[in-house]
This record gives sequence, C-alpha cells and structure tokens, in this order.
Amino acid sequence: MTSIAKPLVRHKQSRTNALGLTIRDYEGGMSTLCAGCGHDSVTAALIQAAWELDLEPHRVGKMSGIGCSSKTTAYFMKQSHGFNSVHGRMPSVTSGAAAANRTLTYIGISGDGDSLSIGLGQLSHAIRRNVNMLYVLENNGVYGLTKGQFSASADVGSKSKKGEANEQSPIDPVLLALTLGATFVARSFSGDKKQLVPILKAGLKHKGFGLVDVISPCVSFNDHEGSTKSYAFTREHEVEVVHTDFVPLRREITMPETEEDVAVVQMHDGVSLRMRSTSEQYDPTSRDSAYAHVRACQARGEIATGLLFVDESGRDMHDMLNTPPTPLVEVPFERLCPGRDELEALMERYR
Amino acid sequence: MSGVNDFAFKIGTVNGTGSASANGLLMQAIFRMGIPVTGKNIFPSNIQGLPTWYEIRVSKDGYTARPAEVDLVVALNPATYAKDVATVRPGGYLLYDSTWPLDPTLVKEGITILGIPFGRMCVEAFERDRDRTLLRNIAYAGALAALLEIDMPIVEALLNEKYGHKKRLLDANHTAIRLGYDYAKAHIQCPLPFHLEKMDATRGSVVIDGNTACALGALYAGATVGAWYPITPATALMEAFGSFCEKYRVDPETGFNNYAILQAEDEMSAAGIVIGAGWAGARAFTNTSGPGISLMQEFIGLAYYTDVPAVFFDVQRCGPATGMPTRTQQADLLSLAYASHGDTKHLILFPANPGECFELAVASFDLAERFQTPVFVASDLDIGMNDWMVDRFTWDDGYQPDRGKVLDAEALEKVQRFSRYLDVDGDGIAARTLPGVGGKGAYFVRGSGHDKHAAYTEDSDAYQELVDRLRRKFEHAATAMPAPVFHRREGADVALVTIGGCDAAVREAADRLAESGIVADVMRIRAFPFGPEVRDFLGRHEHTFVIEQNRDAQLRSLLTIELGVRRDDMIPVLDYGGMPLTAKVVVDAVSTHLAGVPA
Repeated sequence: MTSIAKPLVRHKQSRTNALGLTIRDYEGGMSTLCAGCGHDSVTAALIQAAWELDLEPHRVGKMSGIGCSSKTTAYFMKQSHGFNSVHGRMPSVTSGAAAANRTLTYIGISGDGDSLSIGLGQLSHAIRRNVNMLYVLENNGVYGLTKGQFSASADVGSKSKKGEANEQSPIDPVLLALTLGATFVARSFSGDKKQLVPILKAGLKHKGFGLVDVISPCVSFNDHEGSTKSYAFTREHEVEVVHTDFVPLRREITMPETEEDVAVVQMHDGVSLRMRSTSEQYDPTSRDSAYAHVRACQARGEIATGLLFVDESGRDMHDMLNTPPTPLVEVPFERLCPGRDELEALMERYR
Repeated sequence: MSGVNDFAFKIGTVNGTGSASANGLLMQAIFRMGIPVTGKNIFPSNIQGLPTWYEIRVSKDGYTARPAEVDLVVALNPATYAKDVATVRPGGYLLYDSTWPLDPTLVKEGITILGIPFGRMCVEAFERDRDRTLLRNIAYAGALAALLEIDMPIVEALLNEKYGHKKRLLDANHTAIRLGYDYAKAHIQCPLPFHLEKMDATRGSVVIDGNTACALGALYAGATVGAWYPITPATALMEAFGSFCEKYRVDPETGFNNYAILQAEDEMSAAGIVIGAGWAGARAFTNTSGPGISLMQEFIGLAYYTDVPAVFFDVQRCGPATGMPTRTQQADLLSLAYASHGDTKHLILFPANPGECFELAVASFDLAERFQTPVFVASDLDIGMNDWMVDRFTWDDGYQPDRGKVLDAEALEKVQRFSRYLDVDGDGIAARTLPGVGGKGAYFVRGSGHDKHAAYTEDSDAYQELVDRLRRKFEHAATAMPAPVFHRREGADVALVTIGGCDAAVREAADRLAESGIVADVMRIRAFPFGPEVRDFLGRHEHTFVIEQNRDAQLRSLLTIELGVRRDDMIPVLDYGGMPLTAKVVVDAVSTHLAGVPA
C-alpha cells in the first residue's frame, strides 16, 4: 500500500540543506515495488537531487501516468503535490498545470510502456511544446504490472522470461527526443547513482523539457540472461560518453574553467554544468553530434549514457505562449474580465 | 402565410465561391432595417465545390426557427436545382442566372420564374476572373435588395464599413450591387408581394453566433487556459477566444498574455491540459464535438473521480463516427450525462441560443469550481455556427467568480488535518487545496482507488464512502443548476418538453397549435441533473411530448432514468436529419398523434 508511511527517525547528525531539511524530509511513502527494482534506486536519486537543490517540497508537482514507474511518485517528497493521472497522458496534465502555474517545479515520472506506446504522442508533443519539466523515463523494456509483456523499448533479439525473442524494432527515447528538438536529453542507469544525481539536478534546473531515460531493470520480469535491459547486461554495455558535474552557484569552482575537454554550460539561473566528453569527436552541445554518437554506440552494442545533449537557449512553452512571470492562477480576476463597459462597446460590432 | 416582413428566402450556391459575404450582407442589412431576422447556413464538410445554402427568415413577430419552406429561392447551383425548387412554396418565386438557358428542372407549376443574367453582367463589368466569380454574389444581393426592398443606403453603408479601407474592392462591390439592383428594377416588377418595410424591433438586439458567445463567456468568466484540437463545428469557439484575448488580455504595460491557448495533439491531450490546469487552480476549458467527447471519456472519468473542475464545450454535430460534421444534432446527451467507464454522472448545461451560450458559459465555470467536477456546455452546430438575433449581452460588474471551497495557507492553519475528500458540510463537496500551498495542504490526486484522506485504497467501505459522496454531490448540484424555462398557457392539457436549440421551433409550434385549438405548455430544460421544477411539471398534462434532435429519444431516456417518469407517458418527437428543427415538424407530430387518440 502506497499509503504506508515510513517511520520518521531523525538522527542528530543528519545533515540539513539550506532549507533546514534533512534528506529524510524528501522521502515519501513506503515503496510497494519488488525488492531490488531499479525504480527504487531512481527514487533515491531523485530524493538526493531534490534535497541537494534545496527544492521546497510544496513547490513541487509530482506527475505520473500508469504503471510501475508511475507509482513511484508516491515514494518521494510526501509534502509535494502529486497527480497520478491516466495511462500515457501525464504530459498533457503537466502541460496544463504548468500553463496555469509556472512557478512550481514539475517532475514527471513515466515508464517505457507509459511513454513509448500509449503515451508516445503525448511525450512527443510535450517535447515539441517544450514544457518546463523534468521527465524521467524509467526504462526496463517490459510491462511489469501486467507481468512481462515486451514494451516498445525492447531491443530486437532481447528475450522475454519465457524465452521468446522480440522481433519488433525498438523505440529509443533518446534518439526520438533528439529528433523532436528536445533541449535536454540524457540517459543513465538506475544502478549508477553517482552519474544519475547530477543529471537529475541538471534536468530540474533546465529551462524547458528535460528528458532523462534511465535504464531501470525489472527484477521480476526482465532481469534474466538474454535480456538487454537486465542489471548484468546494462553494467557490461554501459558506456559513459559524457561525464557531467552539476555546479551550484554557491559552490566554489576549483577546477580550472579552461580545461580543454570540459564544456561549461551556463543554465538560466546561474548554475552551470561541466561536461567532459570521453570522445574527442563528441560535442554534447551539438544535436547532430549527439545523435551520431548515440547511433554509433548502438551499432557497437553499447548503451551511451550521460547528459547527451543540452541547449539552454531554447524557447520553452511560456516563451512561446508569451505568458507573464506571474503565474496565470495569480492574475487577479479584475485583470481578466473586461467588464460591462467593454461589453457594451463590443456589442456594437454585432449590429 | 407570407407577407410584409414575414417570409423566408434561400440562396443555393457552390461552396468556396464567396457567397458567405453576400449572404451576411443581406442578413445584416435586414437587421439594420429594424426587422427580426435569422440566418441558417447549410454548408458541406468541404472547402470548395459542394452545394451550400443560406436561408434567411424574416419575421415581424420574432420567430427565429428554421422555416419549413421558402417563398423565394435563388438557384445558382445546377447540381441542386431539383432540390431547391422542391422547397419553394406554391405561389413562390425562383430566381436563376439567365446567362445560361433555363434548365427544365427549374420549371414547376405554380412557381414564378425570374431570370437575371448575373454571370454575363459580371463578365462584362469586371476583368479579373476572381472578381467575375466573387462579385456575382454581390450582384444577386443587389437583385434581392430590389425584389425585397432592402434599404439601399443601408446596404451601401455596410459595404463602406466592410471595404472602406480597400478602394478597388469597395468600388467593385458597389458596381456589382448596382448591377443586380438596376437590372431587377428595370426588368422585374419590384417589389415582390412579400417584401420588407422598416421596423424598430432590433434596437436591443445583436446578431451573433453561439461559438463567439461561448468564447465571450469564457473570457468574462476569467478562464485563462484553453486547450483544444480543431474540429468542426467547435473550431471557431477557440479562435474567437483567441481574438478576444488578443484584444482584452494582453497586459498593456508588459505586453504579456494573461491567457494560454494550447492547440493540443488530440482531444485526449486537450482534456488532460484542461484537467491539469483546473487542478492547478486556473479556470480552463476545451471546445470540441462528439468525436472529441468520445476520445476524452477516460479523462472525464478521472476528473469526476478526483474532484477536478473542468469545462467542456460540446458543439454537437451528427454522429456516430465521423457522421455528418456540418449538420446539427442533439445526440450526445447520454454520452455526456454518463461519460466514462464506471459509475459517473455529470453536470450539463443546454443553451438554446447564443444569448444563453454567453450566460451559461459563465455559469459553467462557477459550477465546475463550486462542485469540483467536469461541466459540459452542450451547444450544437446550429447554435454554434449560425447567426442568431438575440438580446444584447449585458454584464454585472458586481460578478465575482465562485471558486468553491479552496483552503489557502491561512485556512489550513486552522484545521487539525487536511483530508482532501472529507465531506465536512454534508453537501458532498470537500474542500480542496491548490498545488503550491505548503503546510498540511499537499495531497496526492490519484485515479486509482482512494479514501477520504486521498490515500490509496482497495477497501470496499472506503471506496464506497467516496463514490457515495460523489453521488450526494451530484444530487446537491441538481438544486443549483439553471431552472427550466416555462411558457404556460391557460388550460393547457398538452405539455411540450424540449431542450437547447429546439426552443424557437417548439415555442412557434405552441403558437400554431393554439390557433388550431391545441393548448400546450412548454418546458425547456436547461440543465442536467434535472431540478425539482422538471419533476413537478411532468405528469400534470393529458399528453406530454418530448421534442429533441436525436433518433433514440435520449432526453426522454434521461427523464425516465433520473426521475422515474414512465417512458410510455412521454411521446417522443424526434428530428435527427441534421437540419435545424422547424415548427412544422412539431405541429405535425403533435396534431397527428392527438388526431389518433380516441376522444
């Protein structure tokens, strides 16, 4: 039951963030996922990222659709506002919420079924709309809640628990997002918290839609030999192509800025990303380069991870809508209703 | 029947040839002469090349329903000659383009044929091909001005208003209008026996369509988020909202837009956006038609089950499936009332004309927020897209939006514990918080089973407690919905029950029936759930007819299901061919039925 609360034990030496909150304050209800589920590790990374970023919990909207992944919004930040909507359609609900109140931080959690099959259209159009949100796609190649059917991210030849091989070509959310014009595209692995946390933090600070595809193995239905989304396979084939450090404002930068293989990306509110590519030909600020590199890794049977592409200059939904910095929900009614005199004048147009 | 300021005429053309502006010009000129007038555009689901008609009814008594037959037809589309002739009443007139020889199909006994060479005159007067085609329409408008005595200074003033900024176009239009006018004056005895005389009956009125009126209602109610997917006949609603917002919602100092219109990838997404915005605290709406409502079902259930306000404008068209997108119907009643799987019941408003579209659009946002639930405004193509003469809209500056029960940070301080779905007041409405509020205010909206504390549950009692509260809320809403409109007659033993756009035809039918000794009360229902007035009215007459525009008597079904009125005690009068209802359909159905009843 997602309503089971964890006992809150506060250790005297628990570190607090700038808001005076400990990391336990960012936890949620007890997870009901299977023991060892990758999604729980993603949840832990999210908690870490939110705590480190000093996010005010009540200023966060946790958004999800349906599936194992979508259940996880109940497992972190219990003081945040949550919306577990319908299958595959979290992006539209988030778009509406963001249009109404742009001052909240929106964290969308989805899975490969929720995002790449029933919700492929919604994911695609949220990218095009460039909704300001972090979109975490917990990707395990399988439908867990309905017990093991292939999802659209299953690789050709990857075997189900029953031993059948998938024949349909997979949809790679990273390549999809790059094609659709996403301005923040990352891939990580639930088993690599060190890599994942800075990426999540960067995604939370990104202006616009931030996609983080997280390979997050399903221990119950897709962690066997022959699966390309298992822990073992991912560990063997993961190649970190970009190493990202998230540098908050208040931390002193000790590394020399001019270090040759480090690209520094300045984010909108002053924080910066320091990205180091492991290949000389790869530039994570170039969409074409990112696409080519991810494809090349794929051809070699490698899973490219890291913050693969970022563009901080993109126009987000609010830029395109030309909405004010004040959220629409706070615009007083008097400014919204033209009033009697205007209506009387307007009526002349219909005579 | 027909006479001065009491007749109807129709123009049959090919769509995409520019007849709309000529038809609008005629309608507006008659309106400015102070004479009550209605226009019905009967158009195809097509951009160019298919038959289209425009029907104008002039009625000194203010009847606005579609006429069953016309006194004059302007037949400019050979493809529909036979059909067009058939609708002219005996003794009526037919005007055709005599550039070409008279088609034998146009000849019918008892109908006077008038020929004017519109095509030839336009070829001689204009050099550009485009002008020759488009201005033929203005030329027939000129001929009609002569035949019907439409005031030429008014017509010319309208042309000046419309084309004043484009000299070439203005001159061409003036030339064209004179071509038709002068030819008719010279060759035909003008005016025809039925024609126009100035009145003073439109001073307090406007001519407006329902989609524009709904958009204006959304603007005035303070809606800030509109999400939609283009669909006939609802498209113009959001387009009108957009242009109103450009005029009234752009901050003059900062230049920012105090509104957000999102054209979504489909209707499901549009519904999701509205629900997300409603959850966040904005007044949000979508505009759609039957196919969109079908697609939105799942989201509608979510909003219902999680108590999220949302407004849906359903501009109904002929279903099922794609159906006839440019024809009108009232066939979404059942699918709106119980939209989505599981036990659901929804609030619906039924405007009868653009005036009520404005009024009920504003009410829909108040009801949605007060009852924290989806509210449908069930308009239809006839109301939404046709020009109606209605009273000028008015606005009370004392209006304040009803935001319902919302706990802000201060109010939350005072409660021990915030339980999102706890029915404190016994009206089925639990207080909500808006995302962003701190303290105890955070909760988790979930479409899965939840208890009154918004916690996940699979417990039977907790589940039932929640859905029973939703039923209580619905029952409570019945007392807050707009009451029906009654037109009573002394000694009536017949009841005519109707809904939405059937209003004008049914009221006219009641007048006609009274002339033949059948005395009928009219009740026009304006909302679902039905209030106590609806229940009280039913069963008090010898004969009760339920008049609606669908095949399956959906309104009658709702009355039976929700009020327990015996189905066979209500005689259905059903008109579902896609055209606006005429009084004749009602008069015939009622008279025929009563004639068959043993005395």
